[in-house]
Amino acid sequence: MRELIETLHNSQTFFADLPPAILTLIFMILGAVFFASVMAINALVAVYAERKISAWMQDRLGPMEVGPRGLLQTLADAVKLLLKEDIVPAAADKRMHWFAPFLVFAAPCAAFVALPYTREFVFANFDIGVFYVVSITSLSVIAILLAGWASNNKWALLGGMRAAAQIVSYEIPAGIAILVVVMQAGSLNFNDISLAQAGGIHRWFIWQYFPFNLIAFVIFYLATLAECNRTPFDLPEAESELVAGFHTEYSGFKWSLFMLSEYAEMLIVAFVGAALFLGGWSSPFGDSFGLGFLNKGGWGAIWFTLKAAFLVFTQMWLRWTLPRFRVDQLMHLSWKVLTPFSFACLLAVGFWMLI
Amino acid sequence: MSSFDIMFYVIGAITLFSAATMVFSKNIIYNAIGLLFAFFGVAGIFVMLGADFLAATQLLIYVGGVLVLLLFGVMLSQRITGLEMRTGTLQIIPAAVVCVGVAAILLRMFWMTPWQKVEVGAPQPTTKSIGTLFMTDYLIPFEIVSVLLLAALVGAAFIGRRDAR
Amino acid sequence: MTPVGLTHFLVLGAILFCLGLLAVITKRNAVTVLMGVELIINAANINFIAFARYSDKDLDGQMFGVFVIVIAAAGAAVALAIVLNIYQRMRSVNLDEADSLAG
Repeated sequence: MRELIETLHNSQTFFADLPPAILTLIFMILGAVFFASVMAINALVAVYAERKISAWMQDRLGPMEVGPRGLLQTLADAVKLLLKEDIVPAAADKRMHWFAPFLVFAAPCAAFVALPYTREFVFANFDIGVFYVVSITSLSVIAILLAGWASNNKWALLGGMRAAAQIVSYEIPAGIAILVVVMQAGSLNFNDISLAQAGGIHRWFIWQYFPFNLIAFVIFYLATLAECNRTPFDLPEAESELVAGFHTEYSGFKWSLFMLSEYAEMLIVAFVGAALFLGGWSSPFGDSFGLGFLNKGGWGAIWFTLKAAFLVFTQMWLRWTLPRFRVDQLMHLSWKVLTPFSFACLLAVGFWMLI
Repeated sequence: MSSFDIMFYVIGAITLFSAATMVFSKNIIYNAIGLLFAFFGVAGIFVMLGADFLAATQLLIYVGGVLVLLLFGVMLSQRITGLEMRTGTLQIIPAAVVCVGVAAILLRMFWMTPWQKVEVGAPQPTTKSIGTLFMTDYLIPFEIVSVLLLAALVGAAFIGRRDAR
Repeated sequence: MTPVGLTHFLVLGAILFCLGLLAVITKRNAVTVLMGVELIINAANINFIAFARYSDKDLDGQMFGVFVIVIAAAGAAVALAIVLNIYQRMRSVNLDEADSLAG
């Protein structure tokens, strides 16, 4: 992004009169608005996709009334949510009740900027890109705890504390699995990791150092599934157990913020998985067969989105196939299964790289 | 007034305002939220000082670890009768005198000392250098800190366990 | 106003330190005292990193900062375990009431 600002500043247009600081500020604001709208559009598409996919798996049709084949269903839902009355419990802390949904929205929004959409243009090319995304997603834990507490409701509080414990426990195997890949790429920069996998499907990290990277991918996928509170790990928001968990007392616009951030978190986790294990913006054909142009420019964003969309589809597939974990089974899985396996993968890949 | 100065004043104001909320508020959850934004402000200061790896570490460990721990500690140590967790303050006049005195001494020392002038270049990415230093110059502290973390893990799990009395 | 230099960062650290000190001295709830201690540790960390930037000993300050963060996290974990244990025995985290070892 710095190069873009330099080019604009040195050009002969009216942008040359503005100091670079103002240009940077304008780009930052534009980027924030853009990614917030990406989050909203993602929720629109993802909710429709989830309802259709779950319907087809259950041998029914899903939303078909609103719009052609139900395409406008989510829009109707969004309008309904915006028009609902905003209820705050009488004994709840009003300021915190208002603040928690915005905090839980801000975390995925901040994580979107560091992802490598194309080879040439990354919005924020951090040298610690992977580390930054991991640390920003840990912000949603605080927001969930605050939401559970601010509702002044035993079940919301229980749901909030369970969600926080679950997310914090599953951050560890996810982080170690990410370390396996970072060790092989030698850098925390997303673009460098994608460059290390460019050149065809045989160079993607998921097939290297077989089978340890595959195990690391499975561990990463399961751990991030638990971080997004998706089934089979969705005890914090289980409808049949805790009413609606930490967002029981939220209605209307604030509830839609929670839902928006859950789908945005799913997309971010899918993007990170695609960037680390499935090659990022590189096409599976590489430079052979004269298809090298598929690696450049806008094609990179298309490949990246396709890979992330496949991972999101698998998340939805798992949701409607598997039953829910009990909370002690959840903790057992994280601490006694995933963490030792991820450490074993890290050690094995480390030794293999040295030999 | 360069943009660096403006950023510093903005981030500094956020940090100080949140720390003041943390100290002077009576509701313990507001203390925790003030601490959250103070941690964010400190991470911003680290970025301005060119320590990018340290800023991300600060976010991950303090906001994602220590603050969650503190919030759990708050929620588990209150009798949940409602939201009336008022924390009192004791002997605020002598405390204020002491703190203002310490601040005055420190500030005077900082302004009066002729610090050595050093040319600062553009901030460099630090991750690789920190990693190399961990394995060469700072190897022994690294190993000792890992043993310390193991001891803290075992100790905290042991102390915090619920006895069946 | 002089351009922002080493002194500005040190002043920020000093003010944060004094706010944390105020919290540690005056607060009655043990968890709030712990929050004050974390604030003090962060202020000291700002000091380390500011000196790392504005001197020729480049990365030593940042190494110290990493170790400070790690050790502070370990200390906070153990301190909170102790606070929870006290709560289980005394049903209150008021520091004034934890005086059974006093003469």
